[in-house]
Amino acid sequence: MNFLNIDSLYYLGLILLKIAILIFPLLVIVAFLTYVERKVIAAVQLRKGPNVVGVFGILQPLADGIKLFSKESILPTASSKVVFVLAPMIAFSLSLAAWAVIPVSDGWVISNINVGILYLFAISSLSVYGIIMAGWASNSKYAFMGAMRSAAQMVSYEVSIGLVIVCVLVCVGSLNLHDIVIAQDSVWFIFPLFPMFIVFLISALAETNRAPFDLPEDESSLVAGYFTEYSSMLFAMFFLGEYAAMILMSAMATILFLGGWLPPFNFYLFNELPGIFWFVLKTSILLFIFLWIRATFPRFRYDQLMRIGWKVFLPLSLFWVVVTSGFLVIFDLLPRPL
Amino acid sequence: MTVLSLFFYLFASVSLTSSVLVVVSRNPVHSVLFLILTFFNCAALFVLMGAEFLAMLLLVVYIGAIAVLFLFVVMMLNIDFATLRKGMSKNAPIGVLVGLVLFIEIVVSILGMNFEELPNSFSEAQITYNEIENTRALGMVLYTQYAYLFQCAGLILLVAMIGAIVLTHRKRDTVRRQSVIKQVLRSRDQSIDIKKVEIGKGTSK
Repeated sequence: MNFLNIDSLYYLGLILLKIAILIFPLLVIVAFLTYVERKVIAAVQLRKGPNVVGVFGILQPLADGIKLFSKESILPTASSKVVFVLAPMIAFSLSLAAWAVIPVSDGWVISNINVGILYLFAISSLSVYGIIMAGWASNSKYAFMGAMRSAAQMVSYEVSIGLVIVCVLVCVGSLNLHDIVIAQDSVWFIFPLFPMFIVFLISALAETNRAPFDLPEDESSLVAGYFTEYSSMLFAMFFLGEYAAMILMSAMATILFLGGWLPPFNFYLFNELPGIFWFVLKTSILLFIFLWIRATFPRFRYDQLMRIGWKVFLPLSLFWVVVTSGFLVIFDLLPRPL
Repeated sequence: MTVLSLFFYLFASVSLTSSVLVVVSRNPVHSVLFLILTFFNCAALFVLMGAEFLAMLLLVVYIGAIAVLFLFVVMMLNIDFATLRKGMSKNAPIGVLVGLVLFIEIVVSILGMNFEELPNSFSEAQITYNEIENTRALGMVLYTQYAYLFQCAGLILLVAMIGAIVLTHRKRDTVRRQSVIKQVLRSRDQSIDIKKVEIGKGTSK
């Protein structure tokens, strides 16, 4: 049993510490994102939003958390119990697992792996299981309909997200997230690849089941969609998982298109600020866009959603992959192996 | 015993157990879920071997797409377990026979394989493990030496896809489809006809 020596224990301890440093602020941000969302939507609708608990209602997420903790978990009798309990856990832990490879600043990452972007893509394609298992295990027609919608939607939009990622990868020549950010040192990819940024943003909305593509939890036709039967902490896990996925998608867009932790100009005052400041700022702007869209647009019809995914985004992003790689080959700009 | 081998035994035992459970589960949905667990652990084993690209491919393609379709189909089907088990005693010997033949084939081919000789046929494709990251290594042979085979594989998949569409697609006259182009191109003149109506007479239509 020589694997329990001081070195490997130190190594394991360091990893756990890194995880704690990332996860705790993330969970706090997730909790306060629910507050920010309510405030933003209230502002759009000329209301005040939560303003009772604490100053400006800032403690509202805490109150909500305590409420959810202290409620009773109800397991429907006709449900498949193990899968029913497992589903929200899978949804929640997957949305946190993806953060292992996100570089929040230069070198500030738990694991800097060579296939970082593929890992993110894989994790986001796995997150459909939490939803589909919840829908099946609930043994309720609304939950099942929601799960079916969600699965079809996520699988469809992954295709265009994949092609958008290919566009970026052709420009970078590496799957490593650190390399992707460093490649944007001179120009952020949002400028040459602007149409793909828009496609990515809209696909991210569909991938995270956010309005205007929130058909899986369409309250006017499906009660609450796949989490209709869930209550208390199990419900809270779905809820937190959805918001964590939203932050993750914004972080991904930041890394792929907005230059990650890099400052916008090479200006000495900007260079003094730590990279995490820029990363958080860019991610917050994208998150605000998520909330803004929710408050602005009406919900899509399901056939329209599928039409956009397969008939508009897929050809467009495929075309753009060809254009990008053609351009790089003609002008001999293809990234060479280091 | 290092930490790595500890992880190896963890993933290997979970994948073996869950692959057995795929077969013995009574509920087909649980079977598919165990199948997914098996895939997932195999991906983890790939990571331990240093084949990170293959691992991610397994996650994205098999778990993220194919297994979702499996799960879809199995959930939609209304399977009657009683009728399924009826044929069990009748079909079991055939199943055991087929399984046995396949098992013997695998054993024979593994025993008959000469591992020393094998790399020669692929000598040009050989890239030593630590020299280069394996995504790049795969890309270098896949799009140069094996470009035609790669394209052929793509064509086969395309044919399969077109075949599936041709087999399932049929035109129905009763379905009313939304044509977005038609809707957008419609002008005011085409859709509105203003008429002066005299009181008590009505229009001709």
